[in-house]
Amino acid sequence: MATAEAEATKTVKRLQVKRHKPPQEYADTNYLTAAKGIKSWLLTLDHKRIGILYLVSLAFFFLVGGVLALLLRMELWTPAKTFIEADIYNQVFTLHGAIMIFLFLVPSVPAILGNFILPIQVGAKDVAFPRLNLLSYYLYGAGALIAVYTIIAGGIDTGWTFYTPYSTTTGGAVTAMTFGVFIIGFSSILTGMNFIATIHKMRAPGITWGKLPLFCWGLYATSIIQILATPVLAITLALVGMERILGVGIFDPALGGDPVLYQHMFWFYSHPAVYIMIVPGFGIVSEVISTFSKKTVFGYWAIAISSLAIAFIGFLVWGHHMFVSGQAGMASVIFSFLTFLVGIPTGIKIFNWLATLYKGSIQLSTPLLYVFGFFFLFTVGGLTGIALATLAIDVHVHDTYYVVAHFHFVMVGGMVMAFLAGLHYWWPKMFGVMYNQVQAKIACLLIFLGFNITFLPQFVMGSQGMPRRYFNYIDQFQIYHQISTVGSFVLGIGFMMVFYYLIKSLYTGEKVGANPWGSRATEWQISSPPPHHNFEYTPVMVNGPYDYHKPMEEFQLGLDGSNGHSVEHGAEVKTEA
Amino acid sequence: MIEAIRDLFLPPAKSTVAPAVDSVFWFVHISSLVITVGILIALIYFVFKYRRKSENEVTPVITHNNKLEVTWSVIPLIMVLIVFAWGYQGFMELRNIPDDAYEINVTAQKWIWRFQYPNGAQTTGELHVPAGRPVRLVMSSQDVIHSFFVPDYRVKQDVVPGRYTDLWFEVKEPGESIIFCTEYCGTDHSNMTGTVIAHAQGDFEDWLAANAGGGAAGPPNGLSMAEWGEQLVQQQGCMACHSTDGTQMVGPSWQGKYGSQEPLQGGESIEVDENYLRESILDPNAKLVEGYQPVMPSYQGALNDQQIDAIIEYIKTLK
Repeated sequence: MATAEAEATKTVKRLQVKRHKPPQEYADTNYLTAAKGIKSWLLTLDHKRIGILYLVSLAFFFLVGGVLALLLRMELWTPAKTFIEADIYNQVFTLHGAIMIFLFLVPSVPAILGNFILPIQVGAKDVAFPRLNLLSYYLYGAGALIAVYTIIAGGIDTGWTFYTPYSTTTGGAVTAMTFGVFIIGFSSILTGMNFIATIHKMRAPGITWGKLPLFCWGLYATSIIQILATPVLAITLALVGMERILGVGIFDPALGGDPVLYQHMFWFYSHPAVYIMIVPGFGIVSEVISTFSKKTVFGYWAIAISSLAIAFIGFLVWGHHMFVSGQAGMASVIFSFLTFLVGIPTGIKIFNWLATLYKGSIQLSTPLLYVFGFFFLFTVGGLTGIALATLAIDVHVHDTYYVVAHFHFVMVGGMVMAFLAGLHYWWPKMFGVMYNQVQAKIACLLIFLGFNITFLPQFVMGSQGMPRRYFNYIDQFQIYHQISTVGSFVLGIGFMMVFYYLIKSLYTGEKVGANPWGSRATEWQISSPPPHHNFEYTPVMVNGPYDYHKPMEEFQLGLDGSNGHSVEHGAEVKTEA
Repeated sequence: MIEAIRDLFLPPAKSTVAPAVDSVFWFVHISSLVITVGILIALIYFVFKYRRKSENEVTPVITHNNKLEVTWSVIPLIMVLIVFAWGYQGFMELRNIPDDAYEINVTAQKWIWRFQYPNGAQTTGELHVPAGRPVRLVMSSQDVIHSFFVPDYRVKQDVVPGRYTDLWFEVKEPGESIIFCTEYCGTDHSNMTGTVIAHAQGDFEDWLAANAGGGAAGPPNGLSMAEWGEQLVQQQGCMACHSTDGTQMVGPSWQGKYGSQEPLQGGESIEVDENYLRESILDPNAKLVEGYQPVMPSYQGALNDQQIDAIIEYIKTLK
């Protein structure tokens, strides 16, 4: 009875729509040709162009972080000094971590693919606040420049975690680096706010919450974490700066502070930050699996809600980084328990994606290959996370290479693989060209193999007790380090191939039409590359984005203009107003 | 076969709690392996069986299946609860310190471990413990956070400045195991290692008596002063920062040091004699060598006069 009343009060409007069939060939007039010159890029308010700006910047920092990683692996070829000093090594691993996390992983999917795709998926012409969007790019740039400055100004050797009292007493440009990260945090907050506003207020007619693409759900959950957790990082880093500059005792026991308090505050952000990095990747996986198996996503609501559940529980588990820090034993027990609960929604997602493949029509395209890589690597990363959440095991493997291997499986094996899946999936949409499929598949295989050769031995030596952040190590670990170093170069070659064929495709790639993958999602129903304002009509959704059993023409509907075309379809669309 | 796999992944289990830690370690990893292989088999099977045969294939609409979804939520939930309880049990064993434990104080500083025993004996870098008896370490740091880790015992605890942390273990058999520092602490973090030496019950008492009140009054039988000195610098962890062959490390190398002119910070220089060496051991920052940081801790109280004599004798032999 109650539902019937609710139905009655809902405004249901009957809209006249017509079919807007996208061109089947490359669109010569598009957002890339809409304006010319460097100024049109640097001052652009177009979410697509801002996405490209991020893509270029982040690719650069990924390259820098990657080269630093190779330096580390080369130094670890022998148990003693191989070619750099211990102090340089300490700076290199700090920069590798800080650059990869703050300048690449945290912004990556939301800033590049989210900016480009999210407004189109919800049928909007741009994000809710285009100027704020550009500002967030420049905040990122300012923070990144400060980070680069710290390298010139003596570097930092604290590790990316900036643990006190080491970070408040060591030399180097720690204050500058924390200030850089502080500023980048605001970029992250603004992006999150923009996405939440866009998803709430700018959905096209018919896109109810139940028809929101899962990529948007992933970004929505991520945005909530971004705006709630990032301010805590800003506070923490500001306190570190105050302690270093003004000598206010907050974390340093010599000044009456508490170093373990720092860890609590740092991980209150940095654990949820792990989900900032991985949850948008979940969204990509859902999109890619559905498209390349031509099948409705199994358990749409389970996947959407589990992203929110992960975001929520993710706030309550930070103490699992601190089982041996000296925090109360009872606190460790509670944090351990809560951490296990995060495993459940994550497991649900994996099973739902598998079930989506069941009875599908599976095409092994490059994006799907990356998703399968994600499947294996993320499962290993997740299950070793279960091992780490187990109190007795964590005491033994905490701060060893086991942890290093675990978070690389989640961050690189999970997140970077998902990002590459997304990049390969949307590349033809972003630039209207297709990359070389053979080269792409070889690169995917190299990355997958290289990654496993690099990081599987690290689980073994970590269990054996090899501590992380060690410049020298005892001889028994050399064989594992050497296998790992060989793997890192295979991995590096794989990534370089990706750079090569993607850039090459911009010049010589085969031009493609609106929908090379045959997807039902909104972004594939406009031309490739998209026009300046995304849609020349107001799109109307009558079906969900994964309704592969419905004919394609039902996904190409927009409000009827008054330009005299005949109406092909009439559809009932619920609007919220 | 099983033993080979066990030894590949885990160090020898030398403490009484290690078997409990290892059993949950293996349970989690073997069940994880089963789950991973299961997922991979399903994935490969689906990819092969449902590969795209034509572009016009129509797939069935399967939106959800409540029974299935509840199953794959509840079974993992039960499994993780078992793992949680198991890990909790092991953790309680690690945290519940027996009342009769033998207490040793541990002081960590960049980049050495110091151990003080109840009778006043002190060691650096070498921890001497009795086998077959619980030992409690009461730990504190003089500078930044360090972490005390003995892989063979499966114990680890951060050592924090401004507060005490503790851990305990009981070693089953006499023997030696390595100690690592596992909380990053700067330049020589990876050299901040040490050795635990577990003595048989009677041997430990003998060792303790011989080192009471800061150590022996003369070299152990059969050793010259210089040989005793060489033994002491190994035990005291000097070699973490000083080389004897001219290699540059955190501190100046000892090779050819005795009798040489040492440039000091501030432009002066000094001849390295017995008095300078003694002062540098007891008050390292009094006369800093040009180009080195004031990072060496004082050995006041850690070495008695005879031991300092022996170390100086040893340095003299390094031509």
